[in-house]
Amino acid sequence: MKTSYSWLQEYLDIQVSPKDLAEKIERSSVEVDSVTRPSDGMKKIVVGEIKSLAPHPDSDHLKVCQVDVGEDELSQIVCGAPNVQSGKKVIVALPGSRIGGNVKIKRSKMRGVTSNGMICALDEIGFEKDVVPKEWADGIYFLADDAKVGEPVFPYLGMDDYLIDVDVTPNRGDMLSIYGVARDLGAIYDQTPKLNHPKVEEVATPAAGKVSIDANKDLAPIYKMRIVENVKIQPSPRWLQIKLWNAGVRPINNVVDVTNYILLKYGQPLHAFDYGKVSGSTIHARYAQKGEKLTTLDEEEHELNEKDIVIADDQKPIALAGVMGGLNSEIDDQTTTVAIESAVFTPTLIRKTAQRHNLHTSASQHFERGVDRGGVEEAVDAAAQMMHELAGGDILKGIVTGASYDVKDEIVNVTLSRINHVLGTDLSLDQVTDIFKRLGFGVKLAGETYTVSVPSTRWDIHITADLLEEVARIYGYDEIPSTLPSGPTTVGALTEKQKLIRDSRHVLESLGLNQAISYALTTEDKANQFMMRESSETHLSWPMTADHTTLRMNLISGLLDDVAYNNARRVKDVALYEQGRVFYKDSADQVRPSEHEHIAGAVSGQLVVDPLKNAKNNSIDFYQLKGIVEKYLENLAIKGDVTFVATDRYPEMHPGRTADIMIHGHYVGFIGQVHPTIAEAYKINQTYVFELDLDALIEMPKDMDQFEPISKYPVITRDVALLIDKTVTNAQVLAQIQKKGGAYLKSVELFDIYDGKNLPNGKQSLAYTLTYQNPNATLTDDEVNQAFEKVQKTLTSELGAEIR
Amino acid sequence: MTLRDQLEKIRQERKQDIKDVVDLKKLDSLRVELLGKKGPITQALRGMRDLPADERPTFGQFANTVRDELQSAIETRRDELKKAMLNKQLASEKIDVTLPGKPVAQGQPHVIQQIVDQIEDLFIGMGYQVLSGPEVEEDKYNFEMMNLPKDHPARDMQDTFYITKEILMRTQTSPMQARTLEKHDFSKGPLKMISPGVVYRRDTDDPTHSHQFHQVEGIVIDKHITMADLKGTLELIAHELFGNRFNIRLRPSYFPFTEPSVEADITCFNCGGKGCAVCKYTGWIEVLGAGMVHPNVLEMAGVDSEVYGGFAFGLGPDRFAMLKYGVDDIRNFYLNDVRFLTQFSKKG
Ligand SMILES: [Zn+2]
Repeated sequence: MKTSYSWLQEYLDIQVSPKDLAEKIERSSVEVDSVTRPSDGMKKIVVGEIKSLAPHPDSDHLKVCQVDVGEDELSQIVCGAPNVQSGKKVIVALPGSRIGGNVKIKRSKMRGVTSNGMICALDEIGFEKDVVPKEWADGIYFLADDAKVGEPVFPYLGMDDYLIDVDVTPNRGDMLSIYGVARDLGAIYDQTPKLNHPKVEEVATPAAGKVSIDANKDLAPIYKMRIVENVKIQPSPRWLQIKLWNAGVRPINNVVDVTNYILLKYGQPLHAFDYGKVSGSTIHARYAQKGEKLTTLDEEEHELNEKDIVIADDQKPIALAGVMGGLNSEIDDQTTTVAIESAVFTPTLIRKTAQRHNLHTSASQHFERGVDRGGVEEAVDAAAQMMHELAGGDILKGIVTGASYDVKDEIVNVTLSRINHVLGTDLSLDQVTDIFKRLGFGVKLAGETYTVSVPSTRWDIHITADLLEEVARIYGYDEIPSTLPSGPTTVGALTEKQKLIRDSRHVLESLGLNQAISYALTTEDKANQFMMRESSETHLSWPMTADHTTLRMNLISGLLDDVAYNNARRVKDVALYEQGRVFYKDSADQVRPSEHEHIAGAVSGQLVVDPLKNAKNNSIDFYQLKGIVEKYLENLAIKGDVTFVATDRYPEMHPGRTADIMIHGHYVGFIGQVHPTIAEAYKINQTYVFELDLDALIEMPKDMDQFEPISKYPVITRDVALLIDKTVTNAQVLAQIQKKGGAYLKSVELFDIYDGKNLPNGKQSLAYTLTYQNPNATLTDDEVNQAFEKVQKTLTSELGAEIR
Repeated sequence: MTLRDQLEKIRQERKQDIKDVVDLKKLDSLRVELLGKKGPITQALRGMRDLPADERPTFGQFANTVRDELQSAIETRRDELKKAMLNKQLASEKIDVTLPGKPVAQGQPHVIQQIVDQIEDLFIGMGYQVLSGPEVEEDKYNFEMMNLPKDHPARDMQDTFYITKEILMRTQTSPMQARTLEKHDFSKGPLKMISPGVVYRRDTDDPTHSHQFHQVEGIVIDKHITMADLKGTLELIAHELFGNRFNIRLRPSYFPFTEPSVEADITCFNCGGKGCAVCKYTGWIEVLGAGMVHPNVLEMAGVDSEVYGGFAFGLGPDRFAMLKYGVDDIRNFYLNDVRFLTQFSKKG
């Protein structure tokens, strides 16, 4: 809400600048979005008086005006406005001036005639089109006749005021009115705001004779009405228009403007009906009926819902209660009798109605945050009195009440020790009493217990904690000391699981992969790819976009989206990993998915980019990524052998270049090349990926590191080269060597692999180094030769190898 | 020429020869020639037996002196030659030290992860536990137990991805407050925990909005926890993450799950507090929300709010990262452009 600095000055003696006031509001009450002046960015715009005008020689609609702008000579200005008139005070943008939209005005020629500036309409000097009063919408604006020629126009239009735009939190609905802000500032600056209360000058005719009310108390706990007769509809006086347009409200006429003014001032939404358009004399506040329709003031027709609250006459709805009036009872130029409604509607019902019809008005926003239930009558009184003063209306005697109840102060207790205990302060009894009094609360003190009576103007306060907040903010958060929690010591540490997750990240980073964080919500298709197990999908019931509808059941698809993003931007070398959750459901009936920590990687292009090396053969391949996964698993120190078992069971993976990863026979994930058709669908280059069930890795038993003495006896090595069928795997050869290797075989290492030219068809050459060591004695050549012989024999007999 | 004269001549002439030798091989043959078995000194010593007995000792001494002198001249020359050769070799081995180092593979943690880790480490050091909760939450924990009943107006502030009526993508990490409060055994000491994680909002992705982002929740509940403790803790976070020259200010705010509620602003990075476009000329930038845990939240979790109380805060690592590094589009964090990811050194 845009709060006028000068309006506040009417009630308070504010000694600080608007900027400082805004800072104070921000530190003590609610957030401030901005402090602006309507005249910001504009200059050299002055009052001019049109002394004479003549038709433009070359144009039908342009007029050549001689304008007194306070200089020695009259200024000639060409003007095209239809309402330009001699003798009027107007807004003149002088040559060199800056008007709305940062537009510069220069001396110019209009169809051959010199124009020394421009006569302006309101929307040309920064007014939003939808706040310009209708009577000034299509032409230039006439200032008051006593405006001083040559003076800046800004004070005459309220444009020199400062507007503090407060962003009111849901609990502080009271700050959505000038009176509310004035009361709070009164507490902050320790002043009593000079708020005035209306005296209503009524005529003898009772209002009750004109109207009766039938209000459903569940919908409208308070419903009151006044009748004002014989109003003369006309534009409001300028001071009122200024207050409205500075608050962003368009002035309409002297009746509608009064209701809007009262809303700004008191925070009580009012509605004015044209009594002459109401059928019968009973006003109903009720639920809408099925099939009812209402066209609201914005000329939109609404099909009403049976949960909407309407105001109706005997035949039809005449307003969407608390949201917007109906066109059928609108105040117009012919209106003579006005029914002013001042009511409180149930916030949740108003909120839902506003949502249903997508109609969020100032009134609905006030009702949603609550209004001062004790101020309903004062608001309608003030409105009626203003209509009397501004529109010459006769106020009928009395307020007609359809629903009401006794609004009482809220009584809340708090002790001084509680205040100091929670705030960490050392306030005295007097200090706290003073704060409550400044807030306008009643205070009774017994011992150190305060019994605080909170008036209805602060309907947000109900419990002790609310009072604590009042004390804290009025005392000032800056004044509260800074300490750290004291009390019993607690131990802070990551859990084993958290440590392993952190370590996992560090290991993969040390191996060259960058951490990615992708979206967990993806498409149904991608959610279902690269699955490590069967699972039903988890869908959002109301997604925002087609790209994010389903919870992921794998991490790889997200990483491939990332690879695609990079590839599309000509970044070819991408090495990423992600650690995050996948979401599984055992069946479609399961409502809530289980969440599992996974870790996955995707590498495309080169892992290490060395521009000095021929990059062609340096791209990632299965074995390089396998090395990374092996190193990662080795770092986790999981007990049991890691094996890679060829598989073609993943439809998204290359059937000949994919392996399941097993630890001690347990499936923990997979690795391999993304299937070329999938890569094509993602628009990515050749990419290798892996995904591991991190939860499973965390659960698995770990090896305890233990020192193994380094043998002082020498090792002896023997090399063996095999010519063997291509169908025989390295794993098979290793297994056979290990099986027959003997007690002293320490390790076996593949050191050469060749399947190129000069080999018989279907054969490959594999060469291994076998390392022998006896930890307790020096091995003899004989011992080694015997063991090596056995290995060679078994390779020949079991695997058909030819020893070369 | 006497034997002695011969030796004297050798001493004079050959010393110069030694100095003139330019390679080690020749020096070696010269050594053999002079000092070897067939060399003149050996020959001279052999001829000594022809000398009268009383001259022998002096001659012998003289011959040894000559031999030692030649020997040492050879050694000196050898050292000189070796040194010269090494210098020549070193000169030929000169490299261009400005050529690039060989690249090694090294990845980086995500910038948001860096901030989360930093926050975790700070709080672990102060005795907090780190807990993580489910990303798919129950309405009960995400809203109801956080004092946001079904028709609470503040629910409008959080557009939610629902899965069913009761199950949703958590919109905040706050449900971990309710979950831990429910479980915590206060007879075993205070509750001090932080809970980092991913949260989701029904938002359209644009430079300042993301349907997925991160939060870190913190809560401390004990018998004597104060607003002043909250203030001190928030100051510590600001100093840890941004540096000591940053101040914080607390402003009243509203969250359904805290009362009093505050928002914390930090000195504007861009202008140091003088006021600029980034901070809308206020000198301050809003960084987190906090407050004293609402008694309803405690009571709903079965904690006696007359005895126990404390503070809670929630902060956004995405926002922190944007502020700290001047990132102007939140989507950068989730698109994983390698050129973006590798910009943030691990030292923070
Ligand atoms: Zn700034």
